[in-house]
Amino acid sequence: MPELRTEPLVVNFGPQHPSTHGVFRMRVVLDGERVVDVEMVMGYLHRSMEKLAEERTYTQNIPFTDRMDYLSAMTGNLAYCLAVEKLAGIEVPERAQYLRVIFSELQRIANHGMAIGIFMNDCGAWQTPVMYMLREREKILDLFEMTCGARLTTNYMRIGGVSFDIPEEFMPQATALVEELPDRIAEYEGLLLENEILQARARDTGILPADLAIASSVSGPVLRSTGIAWDIRKADPYCVYDRMDFDIPVGYQGDNYDRLLVRMEEMRQSVRIIRQALEQLPPGPFKTDIPLALRPPVGEAYARIESPKGELGFYLVSDGGPTPYRFHVRSPSLLNLTPLKEMTVGQTVADLVITLGSIDINLGEVDR
Amino acid sequence: MTLPGPLAPWYDFRDLSNAVERLLSWLNDIGPDWLVYVVSALIGGTAIFLFVAATAVANIWVERRVVARIQVRRGPNRAGPWGLLQPIADMTKLMQKEALLPRAGDPVVFLLAPILAFGPALLVWGVFPFGEGMTFVDLNVGVLYIIAVTSVTTIVLFMAGWSSNNKYSLLGAMRVIAMLLSYEIPLVLALLGVVLFAGTMSLSGIVAWQQDMRIWLFLVQPLAFAIYFICATAEINRTPTDIAEAESEIVAGYHTEYSGIQFGLFYAVELVNAMAVASIAATLFFGGWWLFGLDRWIPGWIIFIGKIYFIYFLLIWLRGTLPRLRIDQLMAFAWKFLLPLALVNLMLGALEVLLWLEYDLSAGLVLPLFSVVNLSLTVLLIVGWMRLMAFRFQQLPSRARLVHDIPVVAPGAPAGGAA
Amino acid sequence: MTKLIPGSETAAGIRAAVPDAELEEAADWVVVDAPHLVAVATFLRDDPAFDCRYPTAITAVDRLDHFELVYHLSSLQRNHMVILKTRILDHEAPEAPSVVPIWYGAHPQEREIYDLMGIRFSGHPFLKRLFLWEGFPGHPLRKDFLTLPSGHKPGLAHFPKE
Repeated sequence: MPELRTEPLVVNFGPQHPSTHGVFRMRVVLDGERVVDVEMVMGYLHRSMEKLAEERTYTQNIPFTDRMDYLSAMTGNLAYCLAVEKLAGIEVPERAQYLRVIFSELQRIANHGMAIGIFMNDCGAWQTPVMYMLREREKILDLFEMTCGARLTTNYMRIGGVSFDIPEEFMPQATALVEELPDRIAEYEGLLLENEILQARARDTGILPADLAIASSVSGPVLRSTGIAWDIRKADPYCVYDRMDFDIPVGYQGDNYDRLLVRMEEMRQSVRIIRQALEQLPPGPFKTDIPLALRPPVGEAYARIESPKGELGFYLVSDGGPTPYRFHVRSPSLLNLTPLKEMTVGQTVADLVITLGSIDINLGEVDR
Repeated sequence: MTLPGPLAPWYDFRDLSNAVERLLSWLNDIGPDWLVYVVSALIGGTAIFLFVAATAVANIWVERRVVARIQVRRGPNRAGPWGLLQPIADMTKLMQKEALLPRAGDPVVFLLAPILAFGPALLVWGVFPFGEGMTFVDLNVGVLYIIAVTSVTTIVLFMAGWSSNNKYSLLGAMRVIAMLLSYEIPLVLALLGVVLFAGTMSLSGIVAWQQDMRIWLFLVQPLAFAIYFICATAEINRTPTDIAEAESEIVAGYHTEYSGIQFGLFYAVELVNAMAVASIAATLFFGGWWLFGLDRWIPGWIIFIGKIYFIYFLLIWLRGTLPRLRIDQLMAFAWKFLLPLALVNLMLGALEVLLWLEYDLSAGLVLPLFSVVNLSLTVLLIVGWMRLMAFRFQQLPSRARLVHDIPVVAPGAPAGGAA
Repeated sequence: MTKLIPGSETAAGIRAAVPDAELEEAADWVVVDAPHLVAVATFLRDDPAFDCRYPTAITAVDRLDHFELVYHLSSLQRNHMVILKTRILDHEAPEAPSVVPIWYGAHPQEREIYDLMGIRFSGHPFLKRLFLWEGFPGHPLRKDFLTLPSGHKPGLAHFPKE
């Protein structure tokens, strides 16, 4: 009886795939349906932004930050502007800080709605949750368009403030949205979280232990789902977050379901923050004047914010010229992908796909 | 073939066989014997083929509009009024695309697979009673024929996946075999429960039994209907059990490499299979063309098609709402949950029939009693078996824990724990 | 607020544990020499007072005649940050010790530094280029990549209305 020759199956979840969230490639070694090894290949969206930014002034670099994490452009802008302001010692007026907080939290709701929807898409619910969540995202993007003219790559924050003040129709529309959102979030929770099929798929799959999470510099909802309470808005407050009263949701064991829970609850907390910020919004200037080609003193600065994906940080080194000497992005999506292999080895192909979906990466930020 | 009767005029379209039988009796008078057989086969076959083709085309529109409504959007409304010409647009697009052939695949098997997939989808329609006496072939082993024909699909889908020479298709094909084989067993056992009560495997005989007893078999065998519905959803690869062609994981499973009209055939097969499953359920469980005597005014075949669309709507509803299960969960569900329930259902049904025949009770007394008993037992068994086999998830919290302040250890105190 | 531990305090702590490390103090950071990097990093991670178990960011800067590796290390429990730097003096074929055995989060970041700056990390389990393909000529983030002849820099010499 001849020996049956068996070899593991190497499947390429290639750059073109319906659910790799962008051009991301995984070379997966399978034993039947079980994952034995995962190798990540990235760089299909590498646009060398760090090198390009060294040739442009600090203000000219702001549109780059839109296009890194293109689904949450406001927070990308904000982190960069905070880093430049720290480097150059620029003060931001109070109205601008409140506006920054409002738009960051609106962007967080939009991003989490999309993330949860796409995660459900990966689980197999044919676009139904996405369509429901996109209704609120459309309203938020309308608010963005009315303020700065763009829906996706907003380019809204400037060094020293924001670029435009909010128009008159912003406040009534934003207040109406904030009144309506908690009911919608409760509706989504009721429809999605108790579903047995979703629980059977998402519980106990893609588990990330807490100590591996810390050693891998994982941040954001992925870190909070492992049970560690860490949020830059509470630990290292920027803008006016120290005046806002909100909670941070924390998960239990770091599986896919916990990440879903954390994102759902963060949307609700963002509504709380927006409501407080809209009430407390002071009048005043929305930007300080800075020179056209800002020349910060020689030095370096690292500023970080809590973006919807995790801790987004910018490390800027200045040599006194109008352009940065070194522009480095501490990208949350890239670092959240670090433990992907440990999270998925031993599980099936289906779990690999939804684990990748629940980490919520954005390839523009991974590859820069 | 039945001999012509002198009763109904040929234009009585409540029973389409009137017209056909007038024609056949005329042919019988004027031609040789074999001509009648040939002409009746041709008429029936063409009618069924046209019906299947028409429903495949119409269902493209129905499915897309209904799924869109579930998803809070409109669906196709550009091609023609209310998007009614959308199926024609889709078919034209698929027909004019290049039908690719993978170079390293097996060309003969690759080209045969879509055609063979359409075979069972078409063949199964031959035994359905569209009305009283309107069955193409009234086999007296109709149920067995249906089961046998639909199980050909398994090997055909594996042919499609294997010959594509593509790892995604291979994964899809392997999943198809595992899943379709596992779900056939509870399906057969559920259908056996129906046969037990009706006493015959002939589909028109089952409808006649329901007509005589004035009760739907759905009420007498609710557990069988539930098991049949779930197994049939798995057999036709629809969500929540469409793991074999899971778009978000293995692109398109066994039909990844197909394009053009070959893909169009697979897509049409999926729709026609859904209709076939719906019509099996309508015939066996909901009385087919009989609706408590309403078929004196509304033709029986219209009632039948209405019931089919009602059950098809249930299938679309499931598709639009539920996420999909993983393959090992599906296997566990079939073998550990559905199979024991189907066996219990069979035993209970046999016991009931035995009691009925042994003590020679009247049907009017016994059948409502059985309905009530069976309905309550269905609920009890499903809930109880679920509790016994249930996952522990129901005890875990389903909302995140809220923390207001970050716990920071003071500089002097020792740090403890993992975080 | 996250406290940024001043360079003097970090240096004092390191000198107590790793005496023969050559340190240079600045206001916000400490520069350590490359051979003692792993020992210092292990100390910073394991010491209960520093407790830097969370590597926030690891990056490199090209300083024209040497490379500078910058490590931003945090402690989540104590909510403070330590900045550690190292100089790699060889500009043509730079080599540095890898801290992947200490923090797993260094794995993609060191691959990125190898890819874009060309610094090889000894002890890295899987040192392959991350964004660019094997065989790409050069390392893009170096300052001498794509220099124009005669030292011209692209862009305007100075800005209008400045």
